Amino acid sequence: MPYFRPNRYRGKLIVVEGIDGSGKSTQLSLLSQWLRSERLAVAFSEWNSSPLVRVTTKRGKRKEMFTPTTFSLIHATDFADRLETYITPLLKAGAIVCADRYAYTAYARDVVRGVSRRWVRNLYQFAIRPNLRFYFRVPLDIALGRILGGRDALKYYEAGMDLGLSRNIEESFRLFQGRILEEYDTMAEDMGFHVIDATQSIEAQQQQMRDTVMKEIGESLKKTVLRLSPGMNGHPNGRETTAAIL
Amino acid sequence: MAEKQPLRFYSEPLPGIDPEELQGKLIVVEGPDAVGRSTQVARLRAWLEHEGHAVLDTGMARSALAGKGIQQAKNGNTLGPVTMTLFYATDFADRLENEIIPALRAGFVVITDRYIFSLMARAIARGEDRVWLEKLAGFALVPHAIYYLRAEVKDLVTRVVMGRGRFDHWESGMDMRFGTDMHDSFVRYQARLIRALDRMADEYNFKVLDASKTPDRIFRELQSSIAKLFPASRKRLGIVAPAPPRRAPRKTPAA
Repeated sequence: MPYFRPNRYRGKLIVVEGIDGSGKSTQLSLLSQWLRSERLAVAFSEWNSSPLVRVTTKRGKRKEMFTPTTFSLIHATDFADRLETYITPLLKAGAIVCADRYAYTAYARDVVRGVSRRWVRNLYQFAIRPNLRFYFRVPLDIALGRILGGRDALKYYEAGMDLGLSRNIEESFRLFQGRILEEYDTMAEDMGFHVIDATQSIEAQQQQMRDTVMKEIGESLKKTVLRLSPGMNGHPNGRETTAAIL
Repeated sequence: MAEKQPLRFYSEPLPGIDPEELQGKLIVVEGPDAVGRSTQVARLRAWLEHEGHAVLDTGMARSALAGKGIQQAKNGNTLGPVTMTLFYATDFADRLENEIIPALRAGFVVITDRYIFSLMARAIARGEDRVWLEKLAGFALVPHAIYYLRAEVKDLVTRVVMGRGRFDHWESGMDMRFGTDMHDSFVRYQARLIRALDRMADEYNFKVLDASKTPDRIFRELQSSIAKLFPASRKRLGIVAPAPPRRAPRKTPAA
């Protein structure tokens, strides 16, 4: 079964996936800085960040109103809004869009919540197929060690408390993440993930990412992707500023 | 003639729901904008309550979860077609799981002013893929009856002009600019909606009612058809139920 629509635009779509604490966001940030230093136009999109849907998601979370189905649908709505108003136009313009989580996150989380695999695969059929899909694989205990302790208290849905796996929020989080990890591992091959061993040093992982980018889409980066002309100034530190230079 | 119990899902069972437990009746009134659905729903409710049935009426964009968010999104200017479809699907799922199913479990008659079919028709009119939509909406329950109030576009134009007196941005499909102004866009968009609903009529077993008839006539047709869903009370009511108490249509926000 074909997942997603092919990317027919000048721009390239790079996504990172992995459980919380896998280090994927750090790696994506380093990769984008490197691409930007090559004077390429880079944009970011994060999971669950659409301003259009924010109020509804917040309301549902605060009042614990979600079921597996509505949780799945509101995240798909959020994703659709980012795809329609942000990602697609930027790809058309020729930018590299870096997405921190993509439909695969829904594939993993929603299925763990009890939504049918077939239904959630269909749900995201409107998405654009990423040019590169990095999956940061990390053993559960290492990921948990990076997260627990060093951060604010876990939240209800983030810890999968709605699944009723455990009354203890940390234990629930552990069980939930463990199941998500299994789901990721199951789909890794089918989805054509580039698997990165996230127990390696940050530098080694980044090197592997950059090598993969050059090997897989290096040609397009030279030829078709939007690039700053010598006279133009980018925004070297901005995370969300690429739209401005387009 | 009564539809077979129990209720079932179209293609995708909702996690944790046993349709065997659902004792009530699910009745859907579908049709394009301005066709007179809400008037009929209000009268049906009054009649059914008069007959001793507990009634829940619901309709698009009325969910506790997403109703407000949808209204806000429609007031902005960046609501894309896929986003709109999924936002409405969220709204529908919330009402299905938290209103419709609990009411059916308690033995209510649920009358819903539009169902998945309007949601699908709006998306199809905007060029979205029909198979995608059918699978997406597969978690809906198959209703006991679906009444499709069918009208021609010219009648809808008359109803809008004589009724509200102006065209609505979303009812005209102005997000897609089907025409250069609201009238032209309304005509083209509504024609697409009607075509999409017409195409569903056979497959989903719609009972088609001609919306150009008088409201009283349509109501009587609905009554005699709905009465058949209640075999036990049929004898008591007679085939055609007595005239209902008149009641002003409940004002509901345009969905």
